[in-house]
This record gives sequence, structure tokens and C-alpha cells, in this order.
Amino acid sequence: MNKITNVTIAGLGGQGVLKASDILTAAVFSSGCDIKKSEVHGMSQRGGSVSSDIRFGAKVLSPMIPRGTADYLVVLTEDQVDNNIDTLREGGTLIKPDTIDSEKLTNKRSINVALLGVLSKHLDIAESCWHEAIRNHLPEKLFDVNIEAFNLGRR
Amino acid sequence: MNTSKKQLLSGNEAIALAAYHWGVKLGTGYPGTPSTEILENFSRLGGKAQWAPNEKVALEVGIGAAYSGARTLVTMKHVGVNVAADPLFTAAYTGVSGGLVLISADDPGMASSQNEQDNRHYARAAGVVMLEPADSQESYDFLIAGLEISEKWKMPVILRLTTRICHSKTIVQPRPCDSPSPEPSYQTDRAMRVMVPANARPAHKKLRQKLSEVALWNETSALNQAISGDKSLGIITSGISFMHALEAAPQAGFLKLGITYPLPIEKIRQFANSYERCVVIEEGDPYLVESIRAAGVMVEGKDEMYRFGELNVERVKRILAKDASPEAILPKGKPPQLCQGCPHRITFEILRDMNCIVSGDIGCYTLGVLPPFSAIDTCLCMGASISVGLGMRHVLDEKQARKIVSVIGDSTFMHSGITGLVEMVYNRPQTGHLVIVLDNNTTAMTGLQEHPGTGYSLDRQSAHQVSIEELSRSLGIEKTYVMDPRKEIESLKERIAECLAGSDPAVIVVRSPCILSVKARKK
Repeated sequence: MNKITNVTIAGLGGQGVLKASDILTAAVFSSGCDIKKSEVHGMSQRGGSVSSDIRFGAKVLSPMIPRGTADYLVVLTEDQVDNNIDTLREGGTLIKPDTIDSEKLTNKRSINVALLGVLSKHLDIAESCWHEAIRNHLPEKLFDVNIEAFNLGRR
Repeated sequence: MNTSKKQLLSGNEAIALAAYHWGVKLGTGYPGTPSTEILENFSRLGGKAQWAPNEKVALEVGIGAAYSGARTLVTMKHVGVNVAADPLFTAAYTGVSGGLVLISADDPGMASSQNEQDNRHYARAAGVVMLEPADSQESYDFLIAGLEISEKWKMPVILRLTTRICHSKTIVQPRPCDSPSPEPSYQTDRAMRVMVPANARPAHKKLRQKLSEVALWNETSALNQAISGDKSLGIITSGISFMHALEAAPQAGFLKLGITYPLPIEKIRQFANSYERCVVIEEGDPYLVESIRAAGVMVEGKDEMYRFGELNVERVKRILAKDASPEAILPKGKPPQLCQGCPHRITFEILRDMNCIVSGDIGCYTLGVLPPFSAIDTCLCMGASISVGLGMRHVLDEKQARKIVSVIGDSTFMHSGITGLVEMVYNRPQTGHLVIVLDNNTTAMTGLQEHPGTGYSLDRQSAHQVSIEELSRSLGIEKTYVMDPRKEIESLKERIAECLAGSDPAVIVVRSPCILSVKARKK
């Protein structure tokens, strides 16, 4: 049985949706399964809605998650829940920013990585893969603060 | 060169990597979503890549390189091929010496484009071989196959991508290059290179001869993949549609076409005959279904409603079920906006308050159409702001004519605004005209690419900087002004009013850098 895990990450341009999906994708890739990630660039730079589909398993075909089949929906801002909720399957997991106590975030912009920490609890990916992915996708000086954010979510 | 390790790449990155591995000598193009990252990545890997002022120039530069025997890559978005169509059609006649692959990055669904034209028609219209990859691995492999076909038959090849191929990341296994890139050297061949009618007539026949050879070869090419399945349903498809269809109907038989022009029509006939039902699954126009039916092979197509937008697994299931009932309307997200700190908001506020009729252009400033500005009245294609504005000036009564303003960005001006300016001084409207160049010193919309006006090349080396104002003055436009919208709001208003009241051709370069570029440069 080819079980595919579907994750959608959504938010607004500039919030780090694509960065979060790059980190997740890299972490999954280093764990060895097939993976596809799809999103639409372009207008997204101008503060509009952005979403990224990540699918992984033994063999992934379409890069786009069919409506109502996402296992996880990670939303970086509350007001982007409504327009993305259709992607989630019945019984799927919605991960929203209020999962994180933002007072405990050293850098508020790390909310994307903190929510990946929450997601990581549901996925069978080694912590070292996550750390390596975070290291490879963020500037050195932001590594510690983002690991801290990741751990806050993963706790 | 490490080619052993698997990599997770977007289609664009995979093409750049293949071009680098196969020794492409020159990459040229004009930025356009979803094609832009190909040349940027090719340059990053160490390839020679450059931005041309527009797609026609890019393709001509590429053809020159390929005439000289070099492996060449030319990249553009689908509408860019319209601009480059003139050299494309005749390059099909002349052929090339070095491998030439033209990337056409189509945008079904219009994520970031003004139309969703299907560039498969160009392959048939121009008589150019077309390949369509379905993921990043195939993007890598097909770029190489494209170079091989181009070198074998000495003709340009189009590699057609779509947004989902360009921007989806999938796993790629690179491979070591097994055909070294030839050293460029020019061999005189006036009969094939000089397209006067006496040479072009036999050249056209030669092109058709080459295409029939390719068609014959394509009947057994490994680029077309047959997967046997349940005899009740066979699906003919290509590109990203294959992935959606295979997920939607895993039991079906498949003929996945890697080369969609010229078609392996006997292979298709054989496939269609071995299934009880044969359906063509294709995004966009009914290109395959019409070509296949024209050859006398009866296949099913899709309802007209699926011509619009991208396909996905759900839509393919509906097509197979012949379901043409209305689709669910998905909730709309937040639309993009002009950045809060964009210095060019000011100009749109002024034009709105003066009740101008604004002939706009392509770029992030097209977002000036949205509230609170609502200050763009037309937007057609790259460079059209100036010429469309002139046409309006010529025919409208004086009262309305004096309200017409053309607004164009700096990169778009370099692309195809200059000829509009020449038209303005040559066929001068009675009321004159006003062109405002919103100069933010970058190609902002596509992700901050350099252009001839920025003073930098694609790889951020210092380059000659073309001056918009000096170019304008050299055409005899005395009323050429440069203004800073942040520091001179009042005088900008006065200047616009003065130009609209006068009857001379006028150009105001409103200059202030893109805030995103200022941020990016700091990093």
C-alpha cells in the first residue's frame, strides 16, 4: 500500500511559508522517501496568500494535494485558515499559530519553524534531519533562535 | 563534477543543472514567471548566463551562438515566445549547428500572467520539435534529449514547461555527460543561413523533410512511454497531466508522450486500438485530441470547461467520468498588493486624484489597478502602455485625450517601451502625450532581476548602464524630467498637470528604488 503523507503549509507572502516548506521538504528528503513539493510563486511576493503542498511516501505522483486529502494543514496566520481548510481531510490535523505561546518566541518571525516543531511530533523523521534542514536553509546567525523555536513547538 | 548524488530540485533547477552538466556555452533569456530561476541557477552553477532586454533579442543572440556551433539555452515565459516568434519561425528553416533549446514556460491557470495561451501550438506552427517533461527528473533528461535532437537534426527544439513543472521540487538523479560540448567554430553556409526567397524555398522543404524523419524516429523513441493497464481504459497524455492522470486512474493503460510535436501517430493509433475506451488527458487547449483525430484515430477529449485553468487529480477524475457539472468554487485567498512602502504608490495616488485614464503595463505596478488606487485602465502586454496610450490620444476628443497617461516600469521600458517612444515622436498626437516611467531600478515582479538600466549584469558584475532620460532626450523629447516621488510630491503633481495641459511629447522618469531590492542588497 502506497501511503502518501500530505502536508499543506499556508500563510501570507513574507511570512516564511516557502522557507518552512523548504525545511520540511529537506528533512523528509534526507530521511530517504520519495517527495514532491509544489507551490505557485510570482505574485506571492506582494503579501498575497501563499500555500505550499508537500507530499511524501513510497512513490508520489501528482505534486498537488487533492482537495480534502491533506493529513496536516499548517497555517502561519489565523486569517488564512478559512481559505485553506478545504484541503484538510476529515480527521486531519490543523496546526495554527495559537498552538505556540508567542511570548516564548525570542524572534516572532520564527513562528514558521516553531509550527514545524509542532508538525514534527506527528511525523517519523529523525530530529537530526530537522536540525540539518534548518541549518541548511537559514543564515548561520539565525540557527540558534530557530532551533529554540523548533524545540518550543516540538515540546 | 559530482553527478552521483540524488538531489531535490525544481524543474527550473533541474534544467539549469542539465545545461551545466552538458556544457551549454550560453544561456540567455528575459525574466518571466515561471521561467526566471533557470538562468539564475545556471549562472550560480558557473554557466555563462545573461538577461537580454527582451525575448526576441534573447532568441536571436541564442541563434547566433547556435549558428556558431555552441550548445545554447534560451529561456522565457509563454508570452515571451510571442515576442520571439519572428526569429523562431525562420530559425526553423535555417536550422542551427550547435544544439539550441528554447524553454517555453507556460502558465495554465495564470498564476502570474496575463493569458494562459498554450504554446504547443507554436511547435506545430513553426515546425519545431517539442518536448514536455512531467517532473524534475524528466526536465533534466529532456533538456539533454532536446540538445541531442537539436544537434542530430540541426534544428531548434522547444522544451515546454508549465508552472507546476517549473516550481515543483522532485527528486533528480543526475548523470555524467557522455557527449562533450563541441568547441564553437563558424562554418559558412549561405544557402542555409541567408533567408532570401531563393534560399528560403528549399529551406522550407528541408525543414519538412527533417520533421518527417523526426516523426519516424519518434515512433520508437524511448521518450514516449507506454504503460499497459486494464483494457477498458487507455489514457494518452503528456507533461504534468500524466502525473495527475496516473494518480486518478492507476488501473488504466497509459501512453505518455514525451515528444508532442511531431507526434508518433502510428504508436498512438496502435495504443488507441488496443483499449476499449481511449481518452486524451491534456491541460489547456485540445491540441493533442485534435491532432490525433485529424489522423483518423478516434479518441475522447474533455469537456470545454476543462480548457480553463490547471488540471489536477480531481479534475482528471471528472473528465474520465464525463462530469461537466459546475465545479466547487474554492474560497479566494488574499490578493497581492503594491508593497506598503512602495515609492510608486504616490504616482498612482496622484493619477487617481487627477482622474487620468491610465494606459498601464506589465509588472508589479499593474497592482495599481486595485483599490485604493484603481489607477490603471488598460494592461495588455509588455510595452503596450505607450503605444496603446498613443492610439487613444489619436482618436479621442481633446478633453479625454488630455487625460491619457502611459505608465511603464523601467525593465518593461527596456523590453519594449523604447519603440513606443520612437512612435510617440514620429506619429505625434495633436495633444502630445505623457509617458511616466516608474523606475525602481530592477525587474521587481519576477524577483529582482537586473536589466540594461540597472548597471549590473545577471551575475551582478558591473555593466554599462543605459540611461532612460538620455535615451528619451536623444529622440528629441525635450520635456524629459527625472523626479524623486518621495521628495518631490508637490512638484510631481504640478509637472504631470503641466504635461497634460501642454501639447508636447513628455517623459517623466519617477525614480526611487524598489524597497524589496534595498532589503535584499543589505543581506
